Amino acid sequence: MGIETITSDELDVESVLGSAVERREDPALITGEAEYTDDIQRPNMAHMAVLRSQYGHARIDGIDTSAAEEMDGVIGVYTADDLDVPGEIPVGWLLDSLRTPVHPLLAGDVARYQGDGIAVVVAEERSIAGDARDAIEVEYERLDAVTDPKEAVEDGAPVVHDDLEDNTAFDWEIGDADETDDAFANAAHTAEVDLTNQRLIPNAMEPRATVAEYKPGTEELEVHLTSQNPHLHRQLMSGVLDVPEHKLHIVAPDVGGGFGSKIHHYPDEALACWCAMETGRPVKWTATRTETYLTDAHGRDHVSHAELAMDEEGTITGMRVKTYAGMGAYLSTFAPAVPTYLYGTLLSGQYDIPAIHCNVVGAFTNGAPVDAYRGAGRPEALYLVERIITLGAREMGMDPAEFRRQNFVPEDDFPHQTPVAVEYDSGNYEPALDKALEAVGYDDLRERQAELREEGRYLGIGLSSYIEACGLAPSELAGQLGAQAGLWESGLVRVHPTGKVTAFCGTSGHGQGHETTYAQIVSDELGIPYDDIEIVEGDTDEIPQGMGTYGSRSAAVGGSALATSSQKVVEKAKKIAAHQLEASEEDIEFSNGEFSVAGAPERSMHIQDVAAQSYLAHDMPEGIEPGLEETSFYDPDNFVFPFGTHIAVVEVDPETGEIEFENYVAVDDVGPQINPKIVEGQVHGGVAQGIGQALYEGAEYDSNGTLVTGSMQDYVVPKAEHIPRMETDSTVTPSPHNPLGVKGVGEAGTIAAPQAVVNAVTDALQPFGIDHIDMPLTNERVWRAVNDAPSAEDGGSEAVADGGERAEDEPSGSDEGGEN
Amino acid sequence: MTEHDIEIAVNGTEHELTVDSRTLLVHALRDELGYTGTNIGCESSTCGACTVHLDGDAVKSCTLLAVQADGSEVGTVEGLADDGSYAPIQEGFQKEHGLQCGYCTPGMMLAANDLLERNPDPDEEEIREAIEGNLCRCTGYQNIVNAVEFAADEMAEVAADGSGEPAGSD
Repeated sequence: MGIETITSDELDVESVLGSAVERREDPALITGEAEYTDDIQRPNMAHMAVLRSQYGHARIDGIDTSAAEEMDGVIGVYTADDLDVPGEIPVGWLLDSLRTPVHPLLAGDVARYQGDGIAVVVAEERSIAGDARDAIEVEYERLDAVTDPKEAVEDGAPVVHDDLEDNTAFDWEIGDADETDDAFANAAHTAEVDLTNQRLIPNAMEPRATVAEYKPGTEELEVHLTSQNPHLHRQLMSGVLDVPEHKLHIVAPDVGGGFGSKIHHYPDEALACWCAMETGRPVKWTATRTETYLTDAHGRDHVSHAELAMDEEGTITGMRVKTYAGMGAYLSTFAPAVPTYLYGTLLSGQYDIPAIHCNVVGAFTNGAPVDAYRGAGRPEALYLVERIITLGAREMGMDPAEFRRQNFVPEDDFPHQTPVAVEYDSGNYEPALDKALEAVGYDDLRERQAELREEGRYLGIGLSSYIEACGLAPSELAGQLGAQAGLWESGLVRVHPTGKVTAFCGTSGHGQGHETTYAQIVSDELGIPYDDIEIVEGDTDEIPQGMGTYGSRSAAVGGSALATSSQKVVEKAKKIAAHQLEASEEDIEFSNGEFSVAGAPERSMHIQDVAAQSYLAHDMPEGIEPGLEETSFYDPDNFVFPFGTHIAVVEVDPETGEIEFENYVAVDDVGPQINPKIVEGQVHGGVAQGIGQALYEGAEYDSNGTLVTGSMQDYVVPKAEHIPRMETDSTVTPSPHNPLGVKGVGEAGTIAAPQAVVNAVTDALQPFGIDHIDMPLTNERVWRAVNDAPSAEDGGSEAVADGGERAEDEPSGSDEGGEN
Repeated sequence: MTEHDIEIAVNGTEHELTVDSRTLLVHALRDELGYTGTNIGCESSTCGACTVHLDGDAVKSCTLLAVQADGSEVGTVEGLADDGSYAPIQEGFQKEHGLQCGYCTPGMMLAANDLLERNPDPDEEEIREAIEGNLCRCTGYQNIVNAVEFAADEMAEVAADGSGEPAGSD
């Protein structure tokens, strides 16, 4: 198992695409040369600190900054009243009837979540800024808070924004309600479940940071930022700061992970810029870990009820979903899209479901804003789908693998139109399921499970056949759905006179290895050696336009932009080569960088020599300009839909609630793999975050809106010993929509893993009649579930001795089959 | 704030500097001396991004005062490579794809080197245990474990042939 990397010396032009070449990013990262935002120093640089609300909901009756202002080394102390910018953080995705309360840079009258900014200090030193911040006195009048999204929209709940008494940001639906009701009216069998998809904290290892420098001479604002999308930051900050885009230079240097949390435009970034303009000093702000816990956009936060309708044979006829989605106190950048178009549109999963209806109510709460976190909407959808599918199989008394197989969209039904708006591009679900089943030894495992139960041991097998939507596009469709930006990507390929290449892309990697994979793409397209190609990303002055990296869009959209630009370069070079070889363009063949005349291979020119000729421009074909560089703005025809099956095998100790992994198998189909080692790494990391959600992680607010999981001591970021060794494999089903056929992998593991684990644990606990436990499945929750289980009244061991018989009043489904 | 004159050797280079009583070692290294390879992730000794070697032992520099390091030898990521050739642990991380964003990597490598010094041939469980104070959010740890195993093998080969040159190094 495992894929061996090779060095770039071992690459040849013919096999560069698909090779596990070592990452070219690594040398800087393993020697300490990498430059993260907090590493940046500027002469005369000052430091900013933010005073944040200590309460979840409070009226601010007064702020006394005098003590802070008097401290040595303090340059300025500012509150909402001091800010003379348009000063509202915009919402980047609008829905019909969306209510968008003002999101100020600093809270003026009311703090609406713990961590809401109240004042900023600029000082000579980081430590002085912190001291001065702590010296500011705020007179708070505490208000009642609400943090549960379902409770927030009930009558009488504390009101987050005075003019929005029902706390409702939106009430959205997708699918056909009448058809779905009919499906349930005519169903032979149904299954249902109430579940939560808990709030998560992204926890990129590098905290958010900003270094802002204003140059009065040119009126340019240069901002180094922990960003996944510097161009998007430029667009949003331009409006907030009232600085034209061409005067705003945003650079994402090395970025220490994002997972969605560095997509969004936060008040702190604009504040650091404003402070730089106000004080005339370069200003640095770096979040402490506590600040990242309080203010990084959180993820998930759904409370849902799901139902499945089936006919006599176990064929699914309908699905109905009601979800309350917590939005937090304000709408963050892409927040409205996450629990709607990124969630409701994937509720068909891998299944051919004739009727689906989903209603989502977005609720304001006194919590940190919720926005895209690794997977963004898709993990919430697939968790729900794969839980209710598992319960459907149980209701039917069918093996969960066979139930899935019976209901999969068949191989010959692609492109497949679902009842929830999207059309799946390509897919072939059974081979991935079969590979995963074979890898875990499924049949033997089921036998062993039965034997172990006789011994009072509880093995569980959890399946997750997931799908995701990546490369969100085309821009026209995104616009119809409410996006306030296009979702194309730009790529520029510049062949220098020396034949070396610099390629620029508007995506912005932060650990994904873009410089390596993009160089592989460009090398393959141009036939120019991999080591001769340099990739540049993350700087709005180097790359005029771009949209950034999120939603596993980089390979499918950014990679396609570079491939398209490379193809344009080849087209132009071919004209020049034909002219210089004195042949007609139709007679020129191109292979591995070499242009040759058909039938006379000795008459040939390498593309790197063509580049030299294109700049000499002494002998060019008529109408062809000198130089060799091309740009494209690639706007895909459709999303791409990666898929796969993950299987978790666990043993649960009902006495202690402990869960031990026996195996974890991931079979993913992300289309052709540009670099299999990088794909493997992305799957590993994604699965680890999914297991983190399943077993350990959860952001918890108390009833006052105080974040009680406010540090790494209280919020479990999984450690090495928490994550099992994983076995990865793949199938390859190319997307017909892009020139590379690629789909996207960054979020696959996180989308697939939670339900694989929860299905495994509840499978293990079938003898106790436990069908569902809400995440995270901590030892305590599992132990409580066992103790509270209907069959536990007679003693868990008796339930086992009885061969897994369950109490008859179990709410969802019978236990026919017993071993699913 | 009381100030102190201290001396520390970082990767073999002697430095004299003046720090506040409360200055943390990580801030002295990063902000005063420019060794920015050491990163700050949590300021609470939990994540391990700031791990450095203090007189040979791996420590969390975000909760150690700079004055406590007075007179000590400090090792950081910048000192791992020798004359342009990677240390076995660096080679392992690159070959086994043991990093993605790279933010935890310097601390992770220094923690791993401390382990390998104490236990040159650790098994998987021992490696996972040894790096439990170093959080990684990108890799799922599996390839980090492989990277440490790679380094252990590499160092064993070097020890066996006694040449002092890492075997199989590029």
